[in-house]
Amino acid sequence: MSHSVDLMDVEMAFGGVHAVRRLSAHVEGGEFFSILGPSGCGKTTILRLIAGFINPTAGRVLIGGKDMAGIGADRRPTSMIFQSLALFPLMSVWENIAFGLEVRRMPKADRRRRAEELLELIALPGYGDRMVHELSGGQKQRVAIARALAVEPQVLLLDEPLSALDLKLRQHMRAELRALQKRTGVTFIYITHDQSEALAMSDRVAVMSAGVLQQIATPRELYSSPATPFVAKFVGETNEFAGKVSRTVDGIAVVDGPHGSFAGRAGDEVVVGGTAAVYVRPEAVTVSREARPDSLEARADRIEFEGAVAMLHATSREGQPLLAAIPNQLLSRAPAAGETVWLSFVPDEALVLAHG
Amino acid sequence: MGNLFARFGTGLGALIVGLVAAWLVSMVLAPNLMMLDFSLRPNLMPAQIGGLDDHYTLANFAALAGDPVHRVIFLKTIWASALVMVTTLAVTYPIAYWMAKVASPRAAALAVMALIIPFWINEVLRTLAWYILLAFGGPLNAALLWLGIIDQPVRWFGDFGVLAGMVYAYILFMLFPIYNSISTLDTVQIEAARNLGASTPRIHWRIVIPHAKAGIATGCVFTFMLAAGSYVAPALLGAPGSRWFTEIIYNWFFEGGNWNRGAAYALVLLTLYMLVVLATLKLFRVNLADVAK
Ligand SMILES: Nc1ncnc2c1ncn2[C@@H]1O[C@H](COP(=O)(O)OP(=O)(O)OP(=O)(O)O)[C@@H](O)[C@H]1O
Ligand SMILES: [Mg+2]
Repeated sequence: MSHSVDLMDVEMAFGGVHAVRRLSAHVEGGEFFSILGPSGCGKTTILRLIAGFINPTAGRVLIGGKDMAGIGADRRPTSMIFQSLALFPLMSVWENIAFGLEVRRMPKADRRRRAEELLELIALPGYGDRMVHELSGGQKQRVAIARALAVEPQVLLLDEPLSALDLKLRQHMRAELRALQKRTGVTFIYITHDQSEALAMSDRVAVMSAGVLQQIATPRELYSSPATPFVAKFVGETNEFAGKVSRTVDGIAVVDGPHGSFAGRAGDEVVVGGTAAVYVRPEAVTVSREARPDSLEARADRIEFEGAVAMLHATSREGQPLLAAIPNQLLSRAPAAGETVWLSFVPDEALVLAHG
Repeated sequence: MGNLFARFGTGLGALIVGLVAAWLVSMVLAPNLMMLDFSLRPNLMPAQIGGLDDHYTLANFAALAGDPVHRVIFLKTIWASALVMVTTLAVTYPIAYWMAKVASPRAAALAVMALIIPFWINEVLRTLAWYILLAFGGPLNAALLWLGIIDQPVRWFGDFGVLAGMVYAYILFMLFPIYNSISTLDTVQIEAARNLGASTPRIHWRIVIPHAKAGIATGCVFTFMLAAGSYVAPALLGAPGSRWFTEIIYNWFFEGGNWNRGAAYALVLLTLYMLVVLATLKLFRVNLADVAK
């Protein structure tokens, strides 16, 4: 089993900038763990802390249960795939892949053989003697992966490695990465700001915002039970109705706001009288052309066809944009633009989260 | 060239090309051809010029080959210049790397200032400063005596003095090309190598130096040429035992009054320069266009 990674109360400040604020996380050995968050939230900083390029201002980093304080980047059992790949442009493809083995003083013939094996693995046999600039973006990507795997790391750190690729190739590489991880059993810590990537590949996902860890959960939990408003809004699409909590009954909270009263499952920190919001996913919203009790009147703006479903964009009378998913089989009866519609949902499929 | 005409028009373009050509012919080509002519003629009394003895001969070159003292000084100038080059490189490379990759921008700017300011002073005066520092009764000996590192004042003048003075005089010519080329190395490359387990020496050997080789070659060529053609440092900081080839050339021209012999010696030195430049470029596998950048 590969090494686990623990971050214990880790903090990182660059001068006055707090890139990471007091963060703890445990990554299981052999897990595919993603870190998801908007640009500049501190994702790369966390990887650099684990790889040992920088030392935390406070807290500890453990790999395989061992404290990494004082252990340099060149002596940690981690390999990193950089946001910019950082292949060595003056070396051939095979020399790139074998660089870590060269460092470990493996004889040249063995290095070459190992490089060929890895080229096989990444489906680029016979490319060893090319120079890096003679490869396509996707091929470079794969060489970077092979170079990182060549040293047989316990933990592979991937910093948005697919962001430079086009959609088709990205989807293909996602599947390959996931398969590779299963096959090698190496612990993957994968950074992305693309939520569909994180949800599709990971065993668990950590969501970050502005240096603060918001939630660590499986992709399903993250989507169905976001812990904070940030997660609810960042992961997937959602409708938000803010207001004051008027009462809670049997784990169901009622929020009174400008749109009226809406109910949903109460999150942990919801208290009567506190500010909160009801979050409901577009696919939990029912669209009707007749007025119904407990529903919200809105004007249909447009329908965007997204393949499996169509997304109705509407605006409430108060001017708030709303989203509702319309399954394909109902599309023929969907409202036209400008029509008045009534939107409703059941409390069980909505979530009430306190606003901090 | 076509580019030039496209940018400046035919009239201005032709003017620029003409000026460059005129400059090259009058300032570079003509003097060197005159030198060549001088070097191939015997040194004659004014009355003999145009006479029977005034014919081309290789005697001036043969004189250099046949004079053991001058031959030794010539060879010594070559290897001592190479030593200056290597020493300057060894001193400069860490500074250049530090400025380009380690120091904060402010510290790097300060270091550049500190290195440049002395160069506002004339080369002779700068070398004179070393003359004072290295003098038998000078501050260096005093300091070393006081620290107890030596118990007799040391004669620094001679080979050591020349080496120190030249390394100091030419450090910027080595520093800037190397600093420039290291600055263009993406720091992530260094991190990637370290991440794969590379030690600091290996990172330099495999990543930084290959990347900076054009800059290193440029610095080495500059430093070698300046050192081999140097006059002030050997004249001031040298001793009778550490004469430089340029001093011999000077003597032929201005003391021996034998311009023909001087021209021959100078041409030999010039040929040597070219050989060294070409050899260095070959060694570093860079071409002249890279150096010009
Ligand atoms: N060396 C540094 N010096 C100063 N500030 C830094 C440094 N590195 C990162 N930061 C700051 O820390 C914050 C987090 O940066 P980080 O690179 O971790 O973001 P990120 O989540 O990886 O973003 P992206 O998705 O755009 O790559 C940013 O505000 C950044 O400006
Ligand atoms: Mg980043």
